[in-house]
Amino acid sequence: MRVLEKLGVTVTVPKAQTCCGQPGWSAGHPDQARTVARQALKAFAGTDPVVVPSGSCAAMITHGYIDLFAGEPEEDAARDLAARTFELTQFIHRNGLTPAAAQDAPASVTYHDSCHMLRLLGERDSPRAVIASAGVELVEMADTDVCCGFGGAFSITFPEVSGALGEQKARSAADTEAEELVACDLSCLMHIVGRGRRLGVAIRARHIADLLDA
Amino acid sequence: MRTGVSYDEGPPLRARTAAAVADAQLRANLQATAASWTAGREKMRDEFGFDQMRDRAREIRRGNIRQLPELLDRLEERVRANGGIVYRASDRDAAAKYVVDLARARGAKLVAKSKSMATEEIKLNEALGDAGVRVVETDLGEWILQLLGQRPSHIIAPAVHLNRTEIAELFRAESGEDIPDEREALVAYARRRLRQDFAAAEIGVSGVNLGVADTGTLCVMENEGNARLVTALPRVHVAMMGAERVVADWDEAAHILQLLPMAAIGDDASTYVNLITGPRREGETDGPEELHLVILDGGRMALRGTEFEEALSCIRCGACLYSCPMWRTVGGQAYGSPYSGPIGAVITPLLEGMSSPRGSELPFLSSLCGACHDACPVGIPLHDLLVRIRGAVSTPVHRRARIGARMWAAAWRRPWAYRVGVALTRGGLRLVGRKGWIRRLPGPAGRWTSQRDLPTRWPPPR
Repeated sequence: MRVLEKLGVTVTVPKAQTCCGQPGWSAGHPDQARTVARQALKAFAGTDPVVVPSGSCAAMITHGYIDLFAGEPEEDAARDLAARTFELTQFIHRNGLTPAAAQDAPASVTYHDSCHMLRLLGERDSPRAVIASAGVELVEMADTDVCCGFGGAFSITFPEVSGALGEQKARSAADTEAEELVACDLSCLMHIVGRGRRLGVAIRARHIADLLDA
Repeated sequence: MRTGVSYDEGPPLRARTAAAVADAQLRANLQATAASWTAGREKMRDEFGFDQMRDRAREIRRGNIRQLPELLDRLEERVRANGGIVYRASDRDAAAKYVVDLARARGAKLVAKSKSMATEEIKLNEALGDAGVRVVETDLGEWILQLLGQRPSHIIAPAVHLNRTEIAELFRAESGEDIPDEREALVAYARRRLRQDFAAAEIGVSGVNLGVADTGTLCVMENEGNARLVTALPRVHVAMMGAERVVADWDEAAHILQLLPMAAIGDDASTYVNLITGPRREGETDGPEELHLVILDGGRMALRGTEFEEALSCIRCGACLYSCPMWRTVGGQAYGSPYSGPIGAVITPLLEGMSSPRGSELPFLSSLCGACHDACPVGIPLHDLLVRIRGAVSTPVHRRARIGARMWAAAWRRPWAYRVGVALTRGGLRLVGRKGWIRRLPGPAGRWTSQRDLPTRWPPPR
């Protein structure tokens, strides 16, 4: 929010908002997810663009809601919200905004392409453009587009598989010798950093919003 | 050497995946092959306009599925006109029984098979074995697995989880000869052993990549020449085809046949494409005397018109398998189903039932990363199908989970309850944590901390 305000964007944070409903949706509980998602439709009614600081939550709205509300009374409202929902860097980049780096920003970072950001939103460029505009050096890691293994409930349903993928990602990130790992999804970062720490691979990480001046 | 994995028994899915994760050699084997296929496919992408080809293939296959009953009727009519015999099997048992009965009627002692996932699906080898008929797999990978008593781990590369050293070890044990770890020597040994069986088999069984309705031609792709022998040498050829594997005409067939190896192994052609239009005709010097086409429904036709219909577009290339981070980590055998990887996690529940033991488990073996959709040459939205299937699964375990989901939804639809929940979680974590980290949690949360430390604040302290 502070990042956007610094860029001259007027931001309101509707108090009525909760969760986009994705945890229930991807775990196989569409009815329950719809209950929660209805609250999001209500909270974000109107015509303002909606900015989401998570590729996965944004993709739930732009992609998941279309399926979730197909044939429901809220179908049109869901389509309307989907059309004006953007992930943070997507919003910044598309509007030609050029945020500076945060005071405590590192000189170099490596970027993890979180899956829904990359494949459901199709966003490879926006976060990289934002990193570049902040004047931070980007050191690409090996297999940056491969899943980190978090996957929501997957991380506790199949912890060993999730852990193995987390290990690969943590090691790829550490191998770049960039100062920090950034991503557009906090949940991936928690998983990667936590997995790294368990294995003795120390990684400093921050959400991409924290890389930008606020 | 890893031991055999059977489909219907053994430890639960999570234990199988955990065991696979612990097998470093397995993962190295899988990753090496996956990397080489991916590199090949990327080359194809630029060289042949893979993405445009994929759009067209998607259209072709959607059209095929829409017209499936008509296409199957036409295919059947043409195959019969060409002198073949067609049997429509409603389910797996009927398909297997047809082949067993045929083997009995022809007094067959030996059946030679080329690669076919449909015969895996119907457990044909077991059925024939029970009837006292010896079955020999003639695809090199399949033959290796048959010697080991294992199941295929990949649709087109069944022994991809093994490396050359492991195979050489097996062949030495099998032959008592000193066979070196060299590709040529290993292939030579297999060829020598298999030649005898090709000559002796009374029946050859193959799969079918595509049936072409217009001409009644069955297309069988392969790289080793074994399928050509299986479909030509024995007196009887049985072709086992999934009911969805039919295209209208040669224009469509040519497109799919070109695209399949690109997606499958990153190559622009397979070594052999066998085009089989009827049995041996009068005056011809080779080919089988009888051609039987078995068209397997097995739950496929009922998927038409449902929200899962697109799964029928699959051309069984295996691209989603090697593109899937989960499959690359655990391999196909851990899935415990003939069909593994993303397409396996989708069609196993669709063909076997959402509440069947493996059908209710496999859809959850995915992080929903979507790499499968990117890789699929016919554009099946596999990750979307997985989510839909998860929503349709109904087992006691899933119903219990749904009670939790109801409580979750009741709370998180209310802003105040959501805020209280988040604050309590945050506060609770800080209370339990030491120096900003938690190493171990009780209950289900322990599944998180079994693999990872959990930060109690963000950004986490070093």
